[in-house]
Amino acid sequence: MSTAAAAPGSNYLTNGSSVSSWLLTKDHKRIALLYLLSVTFFFFIGGIFALLIRLELLTPQGDLLQADTYNKVFTMHGQVMVFFFLIPVVPAVLGNFLVPIMIGAKDLAFPRINLLSWYLYIVAGILMLWTLALGGVDTGWTFYTPLSSQFSRTNVVMAAVAVFINGFSSIFTGLNFIVTIHRMRAPGMTWNRLPLFIWAHYATSVIMVLGTPVIAITLLLVGFERMFHLGIFDPALGGDPLLFQHLFWFYSHPAVYIMILPSMGIVSELIACFSRKRIFGYSAVALSSIGIAVIGFLVWAHHMFVAGISLYAALVFSFLTYFVGVPSAIKVFNWTATMYKGAVTLTTPMIYAIGFLGLFTIGGLTGLFLAALGLDVHVTDTYFVVAHFHYVMVGGVVMAYLGGIHFWWPKITGRMYPEFWGKLSAMIGFVGFNLTFFPQFIVGYLGMPRRYWMYAPEFQVWNVLSTAGATVLAVGYLMPLVYLTWSLRYGPVVGDNPWGAVGLEWMTTSPPPTENFLEPPVVTWEAYDYEHIKEVPVAY
Amino acid sequence: MSIGHVSPIRTYILIWAALMLGTIITVAASMVDFPGPLNAVVALAIATVKATLVVLFFMHVKYISYKVNIIVIVSAVFWLFLLLGMVSIDYVGRAFS
Repeated sequence: MSTAAAAPGSNYLTNGSSVSSWLLTKDHKRIALLYLLSVTFFFFIGGIFALLIRLELLTPQGDLLQADTYNKVFTMHGQVMVFFFLIPVVPAVLGNFLVPIMIGAKDLAFPRINLLSWYLYIVAGILMLWTLALGGVDTGWTFYTPLSSQFSRTNVVMAAVAVFINGFSSIFTGLNFIVTIHRMRAPGMTWNRLPLFIWAHYATSVIMVLGTPVIAITLLLVGFERMFHLGIFDPALGGDPLLFQHLFWFYSHPAVYIMILPSMGIVSELIACFSRKRIFGYSAVALSSIGIAVIGFLVWAHHMFVAGISLYAALVFSFLTYFVGVPSAIKVFNWTATMYKGAVTLTTPMIYAIGFLGLFTIGGLTGLFLAALGLDVHVTDTYFVVAHFHYVMVGGVVMAYLGGIHFWWPKITGRMYPEFWGKLSAMIGFVGFNLTFFPQFIVGYLGMPRRYWMYAPEFQVWNVLSTAGATVLAVGYLMPLVYLTWSLRYGPVVGDNPWGAVGLEWMTTSPPPTENFLEPPVVTWEAYDYEHIKEVPVAY
Repeated sequence: MSIGHVSPIRTYILIWAALMLGTIITVAASMVDFPGPLNAVVALAIATVKATLVVLFFMHVKYISYKVNIIVIVSAVFWLFLLLGMVSIDYVGRAFS
């Protein structure tokens, strides 16, 4: 078992090699690797659906898929990517691995609950795959009623149960992080010395714990209405379909922040390290995470401006949506100011971080277009919206995640990836992403609606560009899979701190021992104290 | 670290019985047609009492002493009212739109 005392010189990877030592592990680092494999699997499942969508949209006619099949394909793409990749990817992989080490703890507060969260994720994932095998769902990832509760003839209940169970996995992870960050920080690791990655995960955890139960119960109510005809959302039974949208988006808008906040935490670490500077405005960046978590809960009805909500409510939600841009902008300006006059080094993680800055800024600013009540009427349910949220959720989250994976790969595996291929994949991913999604802003503004498998012929050139971009993007995502796997065996063995970075995770061995630190750490320095640390040999 | 309060099994059985009684009252109340909006008010009132029992006894909120736990509980309840309040802006506002 992984909790057994480690042999001298062993690390978390060598401390037990049996299948049960992995499947019954309570070590947060091994659970992070279990998550890494699982979310990568679902990323490629979701990617296959994305590929089918882009192939269908290569021509204006519906010639590759039937209309019904297309509905299922974009639904499964959304559900798999949102619930089984984007939401868990950073907290469950990098968060699980790093949160205890970064605060100087031996493990998370509840190691068994941590393992249970992975098993719940797997059960939910199997249910989702089973739903796929039975023919999928066609409601869109949003499960809108009354389509989901009344009219759809696909496997809505099973998909809803999968998302319901997956929600508990998310709640357990959030609960574990909150308790761990409150109770298990090393001596001297005050709140003002916490890495911004930790602040971001703390804010994310609050959203997970407060928001996820709402979507879980909402989907349960959809199931009850569908199976037992309870009048919750169906007007014919005395219900209200807009109530579903309120409850759904109460979670699902903050869910975007569950995805992006941990990614912002990664970017703070990368930019400080590769600018060799303390992050500019540490307190502002830390508190802006909390600001995003709080205000992000109060903007949900901007998804419903054309759905028939009250004009007065729309005005309030429009104002609050502009307001949530403020803490995000604080982060972007502070990251830029950190780079200013810094000793910037363009390593692979830094290229990913700078790519994040560009893509997230475009995604964020186009969100302000959508917050405007008048303009929103024109672009609602067009490809403009699709481009906007992909810039935030894919451009932002995946760039930051890959940047983080490269940055901490030497810590996780003890080996370095090939830097040339890393830089190349980061740049190919950036170019491919923009080629895929920027044309969608234009074609959306021109009036092409989302979720149709046919479109007007004048939109074809933009769709061809987008599909071409998707193939480039796929190369950018597949390359790391190949060379990171290669590096597990052939990558050069690195020291404990190849980047010369500050932070407790760089003060233990690579890979870390099962108990994370051989001696309990005591923190006597400020976060990101790059100006005052002794020069550390750098491997890049 | 303390393992927290340990309640006697008798308490759990009593609360369980109270919850079952609440369920019976809910079913009985559903068979009575109260005037105006009272049907919903009665059902929600019973549900609130039951939820309070669960939170106080099954979730041990009655026995907590950490300030941070109190902050968590107050925040959670506040969040619920935030959801209900902000949704109400829409429902009430529709009458004036």
